[in-house]
Amino acid sequence: MSDLLEVEGLTAGYHGVPVLHGIDLRVPAGTICAVLGANGAGKTTLLRALSGLIRPSTGRIAFDGADLGDLATERLVRRGIGHVPEGRGVIAELTVEENLMLGGAWRLGWAGVWGAARAGLRRDVAEVYQLFPPLAARRRQPGHQLSGGERQMLALGRALVGRPRLLLLDEPSLGLAPRVVAQTMALLRQLCEQTRLTVLLVEQNVRSALSIADQGVVMSLGRVVAAGDARRLADDADLRHAYLGF
Amino acid sequence: MDRFLFLTVDGLTHGAVYSAFALALVLIWRGTRIVNFAQGVLAVATSYLAYTVTGRSGSYWLGFLAALLAGLVLGAVVERLVMHRVAGAPPLNAVIVALGLVLVVQGVLGMIYGNQYLPFPAPFDRSAMTVGGVPLVSRFDLFVFGTVVLLMIVLALLFTRTAIGLRMRAAAFAPSVARLLGVRVGRMLTLGWALAALVGALAGMLVIPTGLGLHPTAMDTVFVSAFTAVVVGGLDSPAGAVVGGMLVGLVLSYVAGYLGAGTAPLAVLALLVVVLLVRPAGLFSGPQARRV
Amino acid sequence: MTGWLHSCRRTSVPTLARHLIGVAVAAVALLGLTYVLDPFHDYQLATAAAYLCAAAGLTVLIGQNGQLSLGHGALMAVGAYTLAMVQNQFGDHGVIAQWTVVVSLAAGVVTATLAGTVIGLAAARLRGPYLAGLTLVVAIALPAVTTVFSGVFHGDQGMSVFLPPVPDQLGVDFPMERWQAWLAVAAALLTLLALANLVRGRFGRSMRAIRDNEVAASVAGIPVARVQVVAFVVSAACAGLGGGMFAVLAQSVSPDAFTLTLSLNLLLAVVVGGSGSLAGAVWGSLLLVLLRYWADQLTGGLALSAGLRTRLAGNLPLAVFGLLLIVVMMAAPGGVQGLLSRAGRWVGGRLIRRPSHRAEVPAPDAEPPAPVVSHS
Ligand SMILES: Nc1ncnc2c1ncn2[C@@H]1O[C@H](COP(=O)(O)OP(=O)(O)OP(=O)(O)O)[C@@H](O)[C@H]1O
Ligand SMILES: [Mg+2]
Repeated sequence: MSDLLEVEGLTAGYHGVPVLHGIDLRVPAGTICAVLGANGAGKTTLLRALSGLIRPSTGRIAFDGADLGDLATERLVRRGIGHVPEGRGVIAELTVEENLMLGGAWRLGWAGVWGAARAGLRRDVAEVYQLFPPLAARRRQPGHQLSGGERQMLALGRALVGRPRLLLLDEPSLGLAPRVVAQTMALLRQLCEQTRLTVLLVEQNVRSALSIADQGVVMSLGRVVAAGDARRLADDADLRHAYLGF
Repeated sequence: MDRFLFLTVDGLTHGAVYSAFALALVLIWRGTRIVNFAQGVLAVATSYLAYTVTGRSGSYWLGFLAALLAGLVLGAVVERLVMHRVAGAPPLNAVIVALGLVLVVQGVLGMIYGNQYLPFPAPFDRSAMTVGGVPLVSRFDLFVFGTVVLLMIVLALLFTRTAIGLRMRAAAFAPSVARLLGVRVGRMLTLGWALAALVGALAGMLVIPTGLGLHPTAMDTVFVSAFTAVVVGGLDSPAGAVVGGMLVGLVLSYVAGYLGAGTAPLAVLALLVVVLLVRPAGLFSGPQARRV
Repeated sequence: MTGWLHSCRRTSVPTLARHLIGVAVAAVALLGLTYVLDPFHDYQLATAAAYLCAAAGLTVLIGQNGQLSLGHGALMAVGAYTLAMVQNQFGDHGVIAQWTVVVSLAAGVVTATLAGTVIGLAAARLRGPYLAGLTLVVAIALPAVTTVFSGVFHGDQGMSVFLPPVPDQLGVDFPMERWQAWLAVAAALLTLLALANLVRGRFGRSMRAIRDNEVAASVAGIPVARVQVVAFVVSAACAGLGGGMFAVLAQSVSPDAFTLTLSLNLLLAVVVGGSGSLAGAVWGSLLLVLLRYWADQLTGGLALSAGLRTRLAGNLPLAVFGLLLIVVMMAAPGGVQGLLSRAGRWVGGRLIRRPSHRAEVPAPDAEPPAPVVSHS
C-alpha cells in the first residue's frame, strides 16, 4: 500500500531560524497518525509546513505520490489538504453557515450562485449539521457568538465541507468536554474507515489520540524521537515516562 | 419651504453619490486597511476617458460604459502594480504612495487635457420638474438615485449571496484563515480594488455633471465629502457609509443653500472635526472602542 | 511638570555649540554663493530655502513623531496671508523699514502657530489615515476662506504685498533677488538650528518614543497627547515662516499658490530626502526647485506647440514628483539621506577596518530612523 503523505528530511522554521530538524514521516491513506510532544516541540510548525503556511528550507513533501514543491496554501487545499489550525480560525464576522460554506467555496466558480456545485455544497453543509446538531441551531449566528466547543465543531465541520483527503488537525480536543472529545475521536475513526480520510492529529490528549490512531510519532525539539504503532507507543513505559507524561 | 424642499432633494442626490464613493472607500479599507486617497483622481481619470469616448463616438452611453470598464481595469492595475507592494509596510507608506498616485494622475491628465474646466454632459435633463407647483427633482436626479440604489442592491447581493462575495469578505476579515480554506486572498484584494474603482468611476460620472465641469481636481471635494461620510459612519461599516453619505450631502446642501456655495468646504471641515471629537469611531460603530 | 522641556536645554549644550558652528559655516558659504549666482538662480535658492522652512518642520512631525499632515500647505497660506496683511498695514501707514519684514514674518509664525494649535488639538487623538484625512480636508477647505471672506482676503485674485526696498547700504545695483535669498536663507538656517536642537533633546526622544510605541511611551510617563500637540504646533510654526517667506519672494499672495498640491510637494521633499532627517529636508527642498527647473529646461528645449508647452509646464513636474514619491517609497524608503548614510557607513567600514560588530553602530551624526522607512 502506498503512503498518501511522505515527508523526508523536512527542515523548516521562522525567519531563518530552524524549528524542525529533518522530519521523516509516512502516513498511509485512510489511517490516523497521532503527532505527540511537549509544548514547543514543533508540532504546529510541522502542520504549517505541510499546508504551505511556511516554506520548508530543505526536505521533500510528497502527497499522493506527487512532489508538492512549494505550492501555495490555496493550491494545496485544492489538492485535498485541509488544515484546522491551532485556535480554530473561526471567522468571527461570518455566520456559522457562511463559515461552513466557505469551507467548500473553492469548489465553486466565480459566481457560484447557481448550479450543481452549489447544491452539492449545500448537501455537505447539511451533513455537517447532522454531525454537529448544535451548529444547526446556530446557523445564522456570527462566529464570535459561539462557545469554545461550538467553535471547535465549526472548525472541524468547515474543514470536512472542503472534502479533504488529508486532514491536519491541531489539538481539536482543546476546550472540549470529555464526552465531546470521545465523540469527536469516534467520528474521526468512522470517517477514516468510511471515506478513507487520512488524518494527522496533533494532540496533548495523548490517551484518547492513541486510542483511535493507527500509528503515532513523538516529537521533541523539532525532531521525531519515536514513531510506530499507536498501541505499542501507548504501552511503552519508558517513552510514556520520558515524553508523554502519563 | 420650497427652497428647503429643493435643498433637501439636492442634498439627497449628492448624498447618494457620496454614499457610493464612501462605499468604495470602505470596500478597500476592510480588505487592506488602507484609506485609498487616490480614489478621487482615479474617478477623474475614468471620467476623462468617458469624455474622450463620448466626444469621438457621439454616444454618451458608450463613454459611460468605457468609464466603468476603465475603473475596473485601473483599480486592478493600481493594486497589482503599486499598492500590493506596500501592503506589508507601515501604514503611512501606503498613504504616501496613494498620494504620489494623486500627483501622477493629475499631472498626466493635465498634460493630456490641460487645466481648464471641460464641459461634461449629463445624460438627462438637469432642470427640475415641478411637483404640485414646486420645482423639486430633475430627471438627472432620478437617474442618480436609481443608479445608486441599483448599485447598492447589486453590491449587497454580491457580498451576501455569491461565493465570490463570501470569499472576498473572508479574505478581508481573516486573510490567513481564508487562505487555509482555499481562498486566493491576493486575487480577492485585487478584485476588491477593481470593484472599488468601478464604483468610484460610476460616482464620478454621476457627480461631475453637477459641478463646474471636468478638471484634474474635480473630485477633490467629493473625496473629502466621502471621507467625512465614512468617518461619520465608521470606516468598517458599509451601512454607515451609506447613511453618512446622505447626512453629509444634506448638511452640505443646506449650508451651501443658506450660507452661500463657498462655505461648503468649511462646513465639511467643521462636520469632520465635530464627529472626530465626539465619536471618533463613527456614529454607527459597535460598543467596542476602536483605535483611530 | 515642565521638567521634560527644561532638561532638553540642559543636555544639549555641547550639541548646541556644534549646531551653531555648523549654521555659521553654512551661512558664510551661502552668502558667498549668492554673489556667485545670477539673480535668477538667487531667486531659486531663495525658493528652496522657503520650502526648507516648512519641509524641515514637516519632516520632524512625520519622521520623528509619526504624524502625517497634509495640511501644511494651508498653514503656509496662513503665514503668507498674515505677512501680506501686516506688511500692507505698514505700507499704508508709511512705515518703510527693514524691521517691518521681521515683525510681519513673526506675526505670520504666530498666526500659523495658533492655527496649528487648533488643528493639533483636534488631531491629538487621531492616528494614521484619520489624521491624514483630517489634514487633507484642511488643505482643501482652507482656501475657501479667502472667497468666503473676500472683503478681507480678496478672493481668488489675492493681493500684492508691500515690501521695503533693498537696503541702501548694499549699493544701488544690488539685486532684489539676492536680498530675498539672504532673507530666506537666514530664515531656513534659524529653523534648522531650532529644530536640530529640539530633535536632539529630550523632547525629540519623547517624540520618537511615541512614534515607536505609544503605549510604552505613555507607560514610561511621557505625556503623549501633549507631545503630539506640541510637535504639530512646532511644525506649524515652521510652515508659517515658510509661507511668510513665500509671500516675501512672490510679493503677492493668492489661494492657488497654496493648494493641496503644495502640501503634497512638501511631503515629497520630506520623503525623497528621507523622512525624519533635517539634512534630508535640505535635499528634498532643493530637489523641488531643481526638478521644476529641469522640467522647464526640457520642455523649453523641445520644439513644441505653445498649447502643449503650457500644458506640460505645470503638469510634467507634478507627474514626475508623484512618480518619485511612489518609487522612493517602494525602492528606498529611507530617501536620499538614508542612501547617503548607508553609503557613508559602507565607505567608512571599508576605510577603517572596524570589527564587524562596531559597523552596526550608527555614525554619531546619523539621524534616528524614521517610521516610514522601516519595513515591519
Ligand atoms: N511565528 C513564530 N515565529 C517564531 N518562532 C515561532 C513561531 N511559532 C512558533 N515558534 C517557535 O517554534 C517552536 C515550535 O513551536 P510550535 O508552535 O510548532 O510548537 P508546538 O509543538 O505546536 O507546541 P504547543 O503544544 O505549545 O502548541 C517554539 O520554540 C516556538 O517558540
Ligand atoms: Mg501547537
